[in-house]
Amino acid sequence: MKTNLSRRKFLETSAAAAGTLVVGFHIPFAGEAQAQSASPGTAAPEINAWVVVKPDDTVVIRIARSEMGQGSLTGLAQLVAEELDCNWAKVTTEYPTPGQNLARNRIWGNFSTGGSRGIRDSHEYVRKGGATARTMLVQAAADTWKVPASECTAADSVITHTPSGRSTTYGKVAEAAAKITPPADVALKDPKNWKLAGKRLARLDTVDKVTGAQVYGMDLKLPGMLNAAIKDCPVFGGKVKSVDTAVAMKRPGVKKVVRVGDSAVAVVADTWWHAKSALDAMPIEWDAGPNGAASSAKFAEVMKAGLDAKDAAVGNQVGDARATIASAPRKIEAVYSYPHQNHATMETMNATARWTPERCEVWTPTQNGEAALAAASEAAELPLAKCDVYKLLLGGGFGRRGAVHDWVRQVVAIAKEMPGTPIKLIWSREEDMLHGCYHPVTQCKLTAGLDAAGNVTALHMRISGQSIVAGIFPQNIKDGKDPVVFQGLNPPGPEASIGYTFPALLIDHAMRNPTVPPGFWRGVNLNQNTIYLECFIDELAHATGQDPLAFRRKLMANNPKHLAVLNAAAERAGWGTPAPKGIYRGLAQTMGFGSYVAACAEVSVSESGDLKIHRIVAATDPGYAVNPQQIEAQVEGSFSYGLSAALYGECTVKDGRIEQENFHTYRVLRMDEMPKVEAIVMPSGGFWGGVGEPTIAVAAPAVLNAIFAATGKRIRDLPLKNHSLKA
Amino acid sequence: MATLNVNGKSYTFEAEPDTPLLWVLREQVGLTGTKYGCGVAQCGACTVHIDGVATRTCVRPLSTVKPTDSIVTIEGLSVGGTHPLQKAWVALDVPQCGFCQSGMIMAAAALLKEKPHPTDADIDGAMTNICRCGTYNRVRAAIKAAASGDTKSAGLSILHSDGSTA
Repeated sequence: MKTNLSRRKFLETSAAAAGTLVVGFHIPFAGEAQAQSASPGTAAPEINAWVVVKPDDTVVIRIARSEMGQGSLTGLAQLVAEELDCNWAKVTTEYPTPGQNLARNRIWGNFSTGGSRGIRDSHEYVRKGGATARTMLVQAAADTWKVPASECTAADSVITHTPSGRSTTYGKVAEAAAKITPPADVALKDPKNWKLAGKRLARLDTVDKVTGAQVYGMDLKLPGMLNAAIKDCPVFGGKVKSVDTAVAMKRPGVKKVVRVGDSAVAVVADTWWHAKSALDAMPIEWDAGPNGAASSAKFAEVMKAGLDAKDAAVGNQVGDARATIASAPRKIEAVYSYPHQNHATMETMNATARWTPERCEVWTPTQNGEAALAAASEAAELPLAKCDVYKLLLGGGFGRRGAVHDWVRQVVAIAKEMPGTPIKLIWSREEDMLHGCYHPVTQCKLTAGLDAAGNVTALHMRISGQSIVAGIFPQNIKDGKDPVVFQGLNPPGPEASIGYTFPALLIDHAMRNPTVPPGFWRGVNLNQNTIYLECFIDELAHATGQDPLAFRRKLMANNPKHLAVLNAAAERAGWGTPAPKGIYRGLAQTMGFGSYVAACAEVSVSESGDLKIHRIVAATDPGYAVNPQQIEAQVEGSFSYGLSAALYGECTVKDGRIEQENFHTYRVLRMDEMPKVEAIVMPSGGFWGGVGEPTIAVAAPAVLNAIFAATGKRIRDLPLKNHSLKA
Repeated sequence: MATLNVNGKSYTFEAEPDTPLLWVLREQVGLTGTKYGCGVAQCGACTVHIDGVATRTCVRPLSTVKPTDSIVTIEGLSVGGTHPLQKAWVALDVPQCGFCQSGMIMAAAALLKEKPHPTDADIDGAMTNICRCGTYNRVRAAIKAAASGDTKSAGLSILHSDGSTA
């Protein structure tokens, strides 16, 4: 048991790293090629862990990361297929399970799918997987023909012996290839020569999504399965005081009422509707516990005090900013704030579990199969080797389904009460809204010192508020510092670095944690940090009578990649040329998740204060663009998500619980509000950046800066719904 | 006992009269393409056609649906995904996670039946479904492409494995 516990610890820790940091991972291929007992369910020859080739030349590419709409299932397959030189029309994919990964010494590496890392953290070893398999297939053909492999070429799953003109296919030599010792090393193609990667290929997973055939976690059916609905105490940290189970037991189809831990009650029934309606009918008395009086208003006061507190961890420091500001002839100061938000995935949290004393199996949409496995193993009180998780397509992830697997623990706890019976737990939307892992809440005071000519001599950004890492992976907090808090504000380097150079700079964080559990919310801390910095930069430009683009350019000379995307977005939008009548522009740029992004928004505000966002031009430099049309889709989606947040996104706490329970009080962007998006994908090469998240961060500040240009109103507290833009 | 006509087939089953049609379709009839998203008719993931009218089924009690009402779900919209909207959706790679897309397509199909060449305002008015991934602009482009029969004018240049470009 001790080994298993430490293994779990390792998994949770690797999940921690996955949530926030870039981790290197070496995947050994040599000696691992032979098909193993723990191989996924494909009978055809496994060339190596990543590639299976069937006799009919179908290529099955194994995908370790989860697909949740972001398209990396297709992108990763493109990278493998590129090196494999296989026929793209015959490519399919499959997920190995986390249990298989453990049994094979984590041959598929990290399963975590967050931090926009799906491709950027695994491109090298998946491409090597494809290249290794190609080398083995070619060698197998050469062996058959008794010719040197160097005389053979491969393309579209066909191997040709050039001198003799003989040819064969991957499917015909796959079985022989699987027995060949893999090469110790393989060369990867120069991206300039890519034929499949880098192309605007259609996704592999679209057709079933338009016919209703796609099975999501919520749609799973297993023989003998029962359905469960659950209510956890709506006050964070509260408990169940009493429950009148007799009421539920009398309702149609109800099989059992289960207490889950000390804070939740579940009803198990033949159908989910029977379970849910019985749960709603059942009187439950809650013990609010220590947090029953918590509120957003009270916590805002705590954060406000933190803006001037002495205890703060330093994230970025150049020179002596405090002294420079103190002696500056001019000082500009502003305070911003950013609220809690729910991920609100379209598919609510759900999982199906079957538990016996010997084995626990879980079917669930998860962004991190290994973390889900660790959670299942703990809840099942069974070693990891006696558990497995089967990943299903996610109906949205956005960070909610990665680091914390609370719903997995719940379903296993319920299934444990009914050994052998598969139990499907679905959260109602209300449960999902009340028990999120919320976007952290922070405030930020920005203070700039300016010289007589209007140049910035020093900037101090004091962030006060919630730390995600402290809430989820407290073991990663060192000396009171959460390094992830400073996303987008880091010193020069490859990750989330600030795009401006100031003679003196201080960025620090006074950690203040509320009772609301935090989570990695698509874009994470880059979201609010970019609002704070980019809106304040805009304030400084206007306060000193300078054009916001020209002002930024002066500060960005040392950061040419940041500047290049800003210039591209501004130029395409027509910055510096007259906008159509009544339309005003705003800019924002940032760097995060390894990529450089910028946006120029065009808005109008009517006299009665109605905002319309007409058009957004957005530029992205992700280093390499594996599928440009899918990057464009991610950029568009980022504006939908980021503008939902900017316009409406807010979860407020009263009496210790979240007040917003469904989409009528937690409004999100709809079609009539979605602006035109022109995405410029401009990969400059030499690095690998992510694309699922960074653009979210520029959505709000570009629009807020455009609103200022239109109205002279500077909105510093999100969301916009709480403000009037009326003239 | 209740009887429903779904996708041209008659189904008879046990369910309480106040059961939302959504859950009857998913759990008694066994058609899970129609999704649960909110339960309060806000998101539209549960949209089906009842006698051709786009209907949010999560708030529609079974007792209000007659055995003679013709219910069409995403599974019955076409044979093999051949409805012009489904073809446009595939051509333009509209879905991301895909969870809201059944409802989107059903809402769009009802719109096109009423207005074969909808304006942007028509689309805004009829398409109030929620998508969290942010497929709205491709949904709009696909509705227009289905209406016009032209997928190329969306300008997406998506390369399909059958060699076509849309």
